[in-house]
Amino acid sequence: MLRYVFRRLLTAIPTLFLIITISFFLMHVAPGGPFNMERGIPPEIKANIERVFHLDEPVWMQYLRYLGNLAHGDLGPSYILINFSVAELFAQSLPVSIRIGSWAMLLSLVVGSAMGVLAALRHNKFIDFFIVTLATGGSTLPTFVTAPLIQLIFGLSLKWIWIGGWHDGELSAAIGPIVTLALPQLATVARLMRGSMIEALNAHHIRTARAMGLSDFSVVVKHAMRGALLPIVSYAGPAAAGLVTGSIIVETIFQIPGVGRAFIDGALNRDYTLVMGTVILIAIFTILFNFLSDLLYALVDPRVRYD
Amino acid sequence: MLRSHLKSLFVGAAMFALMTTTALAGGTWNRGANGDVQSLDPHKTSTIEEGNITGDLFTGLVAVDAGGNTIPGAAESWTVSADGKVYTFKMRKDGMWSDGTPVTAKDFVFSIRRVLDPATASEYASMAFPLLNAEQANGGKAKLEDVGAKAIDDLTLEITLKGPTPYFLEMLTHQAMYGVSEANVKKFGNDFVKAGNLVSNGAFMLAENVPGDHIKLVKNPKFFDAANVALDTVNYIPTEDRAAGIKRFQAGEVDSMNDMPTEQLADLKTKFGDQIHLTPELGTYYYVFKDKKAPWNNVKLRNAISMVIDRDQLASKAWQNSMIPAYSMVPPGVKGYTPSMMSYSTMPQLDREDAAKKIFDELGISPAHPQKLEIRYNTSENHKNTAVAIQEMLKPWGFDVSLINTDGKTHYSYLEQHGDFDVARAGWIADFKDPVTFLNLAHTGDGNNYAEYSNKDYDALLDKAAVEADPAARMKLLQDAEVIFMRDIPLLPLLYYGNHNVVSSKLHGFVDNVMDKHPSRFVSKD
Repeated sequence: MLRYVFRRLLTAIPTLFLIITISFFLMHVAPGGPFNMERGIPPEIKANIERVFHLDEPVWMQYLRYLGNLAHGDLGPSYILINFSVAELFAQSLPVSIRIGSWAMLLSLVVGSAMGVLAALRHNKFIDFFIVTLATGGSTLPTFVTAPLIQLIFGLSLKWIWIGGWHDGELSAAIGPIVTLALPQLATVARLMRGSMIEALNAHHIRTARAMGLSDFSVVVKHAMRGALLPIVSYAGPAAAGLVTGSIIVETIFQIPGVGRAFIDGALNRDYTLVMGTVILIAIFTILFNFLSDLLYALVDPRVRYD
Repeated sequence: MLRSHLKSLFVGAAMFALMTTTALAGGTWNRGANGDVQSLDPHKTSTIEEGNITGDLFTGLVAVDAGGNTIPGAAESWTVSADGKVYTFKMRKDGMWSDGTPVTAKDFVFSIRRVLDPATASEYASMAFPLLNAEQANGGKAKLEDVGAKAIDDLTLEITLKGPTPYFLEMLTHQAMYGVSEANVKKFGNDFVKAGNLVSNGAFMLAENVPGDHIKLVKNPKFFDAANVALDTVNYIPTEDRAAGIKRFQAGEVDSMNDMPTEQLADLKTKFGDQIHLTPELGTYYYVFKDKKAPWNNVKLRNAISMVIDRDQLASKAWQNSMIPAYSMVPPGVKGYTPSMMSYSTMPQLDREDAAKKIFDELGISPAHPQKLEIRYNTSENHKNTAVAIQEMLKPWGFDVSLINTDGKTHYSYLEQHGDFDVARAGWIADFKDPVTFLNLAHTGDGNNYAEYSNKDYDALLDKAAVEADPAARMKLLQDAEVIFMRDIPLLPLLYYGNHNVVSSKLHGFVDNVMDKHPSRFVSKD
């Protein structure tokens, strides 16, 4: 097991390196730079700016400089939000995205699994159809529809929540984005859980357990659910990585200062360092969560062993 | 069931009470802002939003009042030499930084040198270029000490220009010309702009800066006119998603926004009445003809195209009348200047089309022999609507119009590098209230002259105006220059920009003006 962990972490390094290299050069291939403005600036002023940010150097030299700084843990200054370094921007935006993302994940896992189990236990009954309809609706409604609806109903009409802004993360500001983010995930989890639970309930060992007179609770929770959780675990890893690194749509509509917004603003403004920083961040989270979900696999399913 | 229902009602009511009390807290202006700011360092900013915020934090030598007109700022008075080249500013005796230290002429000398220093890499260093040796110093060809800014004593600042610049006082209202505290910058370096470090001399001080969330300013008790500042707090809140922003306005979460979803304008007007402020702005939306490329170098053809573009239709259909039809490069609104209009500006649209038809016939352009035309524009729903409308207007006359859309950075880098285009979209909002900011766009070699237009007579008129000390004579020269501009139309004005403000009726002292400047110090709230 320890050897497996070590091997996985070791292979992550070249993967990251490759991602950094490809993104760096792709970013510089895009036309225009951080200092192409709507209004042109005199050439001598532009030269001054480019010198200060080392943009007058050849791209390979900028690449080596970037790698060198990165090796010292320095993500560089933001080219666009020049009051801040990329690290400072993350220190401020990452907790926001993680907070919203992890609550959304938790909500969708708990409620989604419960709905899935319930539907499976009442297979082909009314409650099953009801949940399936709900889940299909949840996964087809895009967030740019649900978010304004939530704002309109709970913010503008009922005045229960803030329509926009972070307000230091108080519940009435965070709940809207959390629910919006959770809805499609919740629907997917419910459908996955229902499917695998139906399959598990029909398995031989469950029939044996029932025949041995175990209680319903013990059969469902201890034996059937354990196996049925596997698809959820493999789904939850990448999904969690996506959620905690922020959603551009939800963050823009609810006007929340998270990572997703920083990423898009950075890309559109050719804020090279901010985009690179975000790419690295997303890559690390994706690698990490995939790894965690693989480890969880071994815990949940006794058939899986890492040697 | 009933109990849980009651409970949620109670929680809802409590939340509502909490929110309304915060929203109504006395003297706080929650000011919707159109996007994030890059920096709060006045010497490193460029956007309108940054201008608004730094204008609350700092006071330049000259300031603007609620109507955008120049008034004394950090300098209480000034005199100008007879040749218009030497300005002597008398600083306020009671001028203080927010840490209680006096604002001196030395701080302003330091600031002018700082904005020109190549190491500062200021985008708007050009605001100081009218000063003697300034441009050379910024290019590394002269010493910063040789720039025409001298502190005679603590309270007397002498500025020497390279030539008379009648709009120099207007330029001083731009944030690039604000003073920063020398001691503050020396103490913290580039970090001086962070909340907690920043010392400023405006009506407000920086309390918090959370990118993407809010910038909080609080009243500066050391400000020379603090007695007349009503607001305690100003929160700048980015509201890029205009639809969400308008909901926040309706719920009272923000008291104003400087943009709105104009596609819903009719609805918004019914819903909000006179809280919707639509007023002309000093800005022009235009298309650039590539003057270096046939057939677009043909002035007749350009004018014929201009004549068949129905600007009233553009304004009403593509912009829901949030913009104003334009027939001159310089928008109306500059005191002492009457824009020179295109010769057919008062002609009815049908007569214009008849005149255009003759030119198209002469040039052999007809639906049977179509002329290809490519319009480039940067990503925006409004720019797209405009381009599509123009495509439709040109089609019946024999133009095979194709549209190319790229993101803003790609678009402008293409124009700057003199890419090969037929027609491209651009816009210009005045930095200061003077016609030259628009007319320079067609001056030979100007960085923003995307048409690469060059006309000796035109350049000569502008150059002559630049050294003309008599304001009326100068305006006359500029008008003559614009006559040439509107005859040749290398840049084709389509619409004047409009200010789109949504302002709560609780706010007082918000005065509409062509520069769209609204210093918070003149605003109060019920």
